[in-house]
Amino acid sequence: MNINKLHEEFKANLRKEQRWVRFYQLLILVSFFVLWEVASALRWIDQLIFSSPSKIIQLFVEKIADYSLFYHSSYTLFETVLGFLLGTLVGTILAAILWWSPFLSKVLDPYLVVLNSMPKVALGPILIVALGPGMSSIITMGALISVIISTIVIYTAFRTVDSNYLKVLQTFNASRFQMFKEAILPASFPTIISTLKVNVGLAWVGVIVGEFLVSSQGLGYLIIYGFQVFNFNLVLMSLLVIAIFATIMYQLVELLEKKLIKSE
Amino acid sequence: MSFLTVSKVHHTYFSSKTATEALQDINLTIEKGEFVSFIGPSGCGKTTLLSILAGLFQPTAGEVLIEEQDVFTNADLSIGYMLQQDYLFPWKNIEENVTLGLKLLNKNQEESSKVASNLLKDVGLPPVEKKYPRELSGGMRQRVALARTLAVDPKILLLDEPFSALDYQSKLKLEDLVHKLMKEYGKTAVLVTHDIGEAIAMSDRIFLFSARPGRLHQTFVVPEEVRRLTPFEARANPSYSSLFQTIWKELESLEHQQTS
Repeated sequence: MNINKLHEEFKANLRKEQRWVRFYQLLILVSFFVLWEVASALRWIDQLIFSSPSKIIQLFVEKIADYSLFYHSSYTLFETVLGFLLGTLVGTILAAILWWSPFLSKVLDPYLVVLNSMPKVALGPILIVALGPGMSSIITMGALISVIISTIVIYTAFRTVDSNYLKVLQTFNASRFQMFKEAILPASFPTIISTLKVNVGLAWVGVIVGEFLVSSQGLGYLIIYGFQVFNFNLVLMSLLVIAIFATIMYQLVELLEKKLIKSE
Repeated sequence: MSFLTVSKVHHTYFSSKTATEALQDINLTIEKGEFVSFIGPSGCGKTTLLSILAGLFQPTAGEVLIEEQDVFTNADLSIGYMLQQDYLFPWKNIEENVTLGLKLLNKNQEESSKVASNLLKDVGLPPVEKKYPRELSGGMRQRVALARTLAVDPKILLLDEPFSALDYQSKLKLEDLVHKLMKEYGKTAVLVTHDIGEAIAMSDRIFLFSARPGRLHQTFVVPEEVRRLTPFEARANPSYSSLFQTIWKELESLEHQQTS
């Protein structure tokens, strides 16, 4: 029996399985686009509504050449990243305030429930009137949509930290701020990271809806404009660009998660 | 005047439905450098009393004085508290865990890390400063917790069943270690335990509590010849066995009273 050899075999099997997973993932992707192209070319589906991959790519190249895609996506990306960071940061700060004052958290409890269940995008028109039809109201929308749920989830994480850690700190006469810094916050990092993951998706919803309403620039604007002039090539292309960016953002959060957990 | 005085302490826990009397009229004194144990059936309030000694909360009535200062109102009285489990912070390395108390007191970092490495040596650990708690065994982690408690040079050590979660061998070793360190540093210590043998082997005096409500039932003085031995050797002494029998019978009769 050779342990090393067995280990090599085991690793080879793992690699083999991984290759097959990748293969099928790629297969689904390629067949989806091929089927779409063929269905569109043979008129199985309405070209006007469902477009086709070749047309989308053609438009994509065109929009890159005249820099307009770069212009619109940079707006949307900036707004989304800012809304996402703001939503999580403000959510964490609000959660910290609630943890700080148990009395306040009891008082505010029903309001949080109401605010959480209310569809935040419905506030869009008010935001636009209040903050003007520009970037600031779109960023606010991106943040607003995630801030309440972040507050609730992170506050719950703060509260469920094992009280014995606090007891240890209390015997060292730690202040409430020191307890927060030394135990509550670091113990809740995993939860904060998982809220970040949820907030990536939420921020995109908020920003795209915001751009629908403001309708001056951004990928949301391209979608609503494409809809109004019945150019579904433009709508689908914007959608694909959004999917790519959202995936990249999610991957970055996962990378952050791995980094933080490794240092623990 | 004694080092620690508990006078007329009562404590009642309130909830919206019930008021549970946990402690009733507790009076006791502990001398400097003494090692005492609290034993009794579950529900006798020994952990409540320990928390009150630590100044974690104020008793419903009565007061606890250490060197004539009230433990609840004098936050700067330094008290060491060891829990059943180590509760080392998993995101801090061993050195950061040991120096936690010093950090909270704003002590110089370089000095703190010197204190930490000396303490780790004293509790019988190899240099593990840069390791994380999950890399250590249960016994080693409890030793680190002991070092963390000693790092702030507490006036008194409160031990809340710190050996109960360990395997038997680690438990015996750690008992010997704590016993030796307490004598070397001349610290006063209070141990809460379920284990009669542990109480006899480690202490100078044993307070037996009765339950519901918790009252001080009887005090036993451990014979001089057992006290001089290490906890491990003490277990083989004839006086140890006879005291064990006495306390055992007393505990049995207490539990019998409760059930009848």
